[in-house]
Amino acid sequence: MTSATLTPGAALGSQRVSEDVRYYEDAVRLFVIAAVFWGVVGFLAGTFIALQLAFPALNLGLEWTSFGRLRPVHTSAVIFAFGGNVLFATSLYSVQRTSRQFLFGGEGLAKFIFWNYNIFIVLAALSYVLGYTQGKEYAEPEWILDLYLTVVWVLYAIQFIGTVMTRRESHIYVANWFFMAFILTVAILHLGNNVNVPVSLTGLKSYPFVSGVQSAMVQWWYGHNAVGFFLTAGFLGIMYYFVPKRAERPVYSYRLSIVHFWTLIFLYIWAGPHHLHYTSLPDWAQTLGMTFSVMLWMPSWGGMINGIMTLSGAWDKLRTDPVLRFLVTSVAFYGMSTFEGPLMSVKPVNALSHYTDWTVGHVHSGALGWVAFISFGAIYYLVPVLWKRSQLYSLRLVSYHFWTATIGIVLYITAMWVSGIMQGLMWRAYDNLGFLQYSFVETVAAMHPFYVIRAMGGVLFVTGALIMVYNLWRTAKGDVRIEKPYATAPHKAAVGAA
Amino acid sequence: MDLDSITIALRSFWTVWLALLFSGILVYAMWPGNRGKFEDASRIPLKEDGQEF
Repeated sequence: MTSATLTPGAALGSQRVSEDVRYYEDAVRLFVIAAVFWGVVGFLAGTFIALQLAFPALNLGLEWTSFGRLRPVHTSAVIFAFGGNVLFATSLYSVQRTSRQFLFGGEGLAKFIFWNYNIFIVLAALSYVLGYTQGKEYAEPEWILDLYLTVVWVLYAIQFIGTVMTRRESHIYVANWFFMAFILTVAILHLGNNVNVPVSLTGLKSYPFVSGVQSAMVQWWYGHNAVGFFLTAGFLGIMYYFVPKRAERPVYSYRLSIVHFWTLIFLYIWAGPHHLHYTSLPDWAQTLGMTFSVMLWMPSWGGMINGIMTLSGAWDKLRTDPVLRFLVTSVAFYGMSTFEGPLMSVKPVNALSHYTDWTVGHVHSGALGWVAFISFGAIYYLVPVLWKRSQLYSLRLVSYHFWTATIGIVLYITAMWVSGIMQGLMWRAYDNLGFLQYSFVETVAAMHPFYVIRAMGGVLFVTGALIMVYNLWRTAKGDVRIEKPYATAPHKAAVGAA
Repeated sequence: MDLDSITIALRSFWTVWLALLFSGILVYAMWPGNRGKFEDASRIPLKEDGQEF
């Protein structure tokens, strides 16, 4: 499947440049290695803190290993370390090919971005463990680290946008639109939400410039758009390049992709207030956030249809290519979690769901099902190409990874649905005298079995990732596993899958 | 009317301006004459991959 991509200069109607375009891939390889490494670290951290919730003794009685400090280590490791390195790798890989141009600023700049971004990650994680945090979800790093990240991010913007601007392809492919929206918006969000006043120039501690409900609103303008532009727009860029590439057919509707892009951009930025329902945020702002969240159904489902329908006429590939199965299932999870999200933003639903495990389950159906699955698909596509191998070590192992991880996700999100709705219902239950029926600790005790199930889901997800690490390691070495191949002809596929 | 008051007056209709801009994008995306251009664009990722430095 990927062997075609290894043939340089194959005549496909692009004679003018087919012989002389050469692409930088050393830095992309580094980003892929880092993504896989941080993925495993982040999944392990998540599983560990899930176990801490089920068995509090695992906090170990130490401040550095307490849930409160390890939780941002987990979220930053999976979102910014794993997701970030995946986005760097895929965007810098695909922008060269869709622009038929090598990286603006060269390999040196890409490697500079690689090392400094990953040093930032390590420093941020260390600062959390040592107790330094801005206390803002997904924006925990203190001011000096924020400045460091700003420099790295601006260089990334220059490299990516510079490559697009010097392209030899007349049209800017839709994946690059999504990547550019991701890069620019994340830059603005990062600057907007980190306007902090340091207590001293020699210390890490700082306080936000705005306070009170304004500070909360800025935080959730940031927080929700981090989801919208980092975890959605960026990964949609991956979808629009890697799904057509792996399926070997163009995207279902390019027109829909244009509408998808602009609807997403116009709507997402307003959805943040739904994180602050029933707070001191003015009612009109809450309703605005809810309305825009509901409208987001349209781009979300438009994009999902576009991604999945790219396979129309080639559905058999889902059976014979587990890498494509990862990519397409991720888009299905995208559709599912972006259906659930607007639902939860509706105020009466939010009254039940907010502050409960339902939210946690929702985030993970998006993060594990959409973000991680599309990343796995892209990584499985990239490793043989980048390491010049004709194929993966084993497609069967990809399939084992797929099913292990899928069962893990299902355990996770179903446990959190039950636990979250139960928790919400217990909080609002009154007895016949008008008193609250349950104390808080009773809800915690009732959630214990679901915490255990969730942790088991995490163990499965980590196991799947370790299968991937082994598979990629052997692929990079150039090994090919002796196994029953997947039949490629449709009429034989049923036999092959049996 | 000075420039400030014109700006303020126009800004209060921002939803309308954005809706118009978005309608323009819709028309551009769906314009029959652009069909061929977008079909070409959709094939960009499927072109050959070139070589590594």
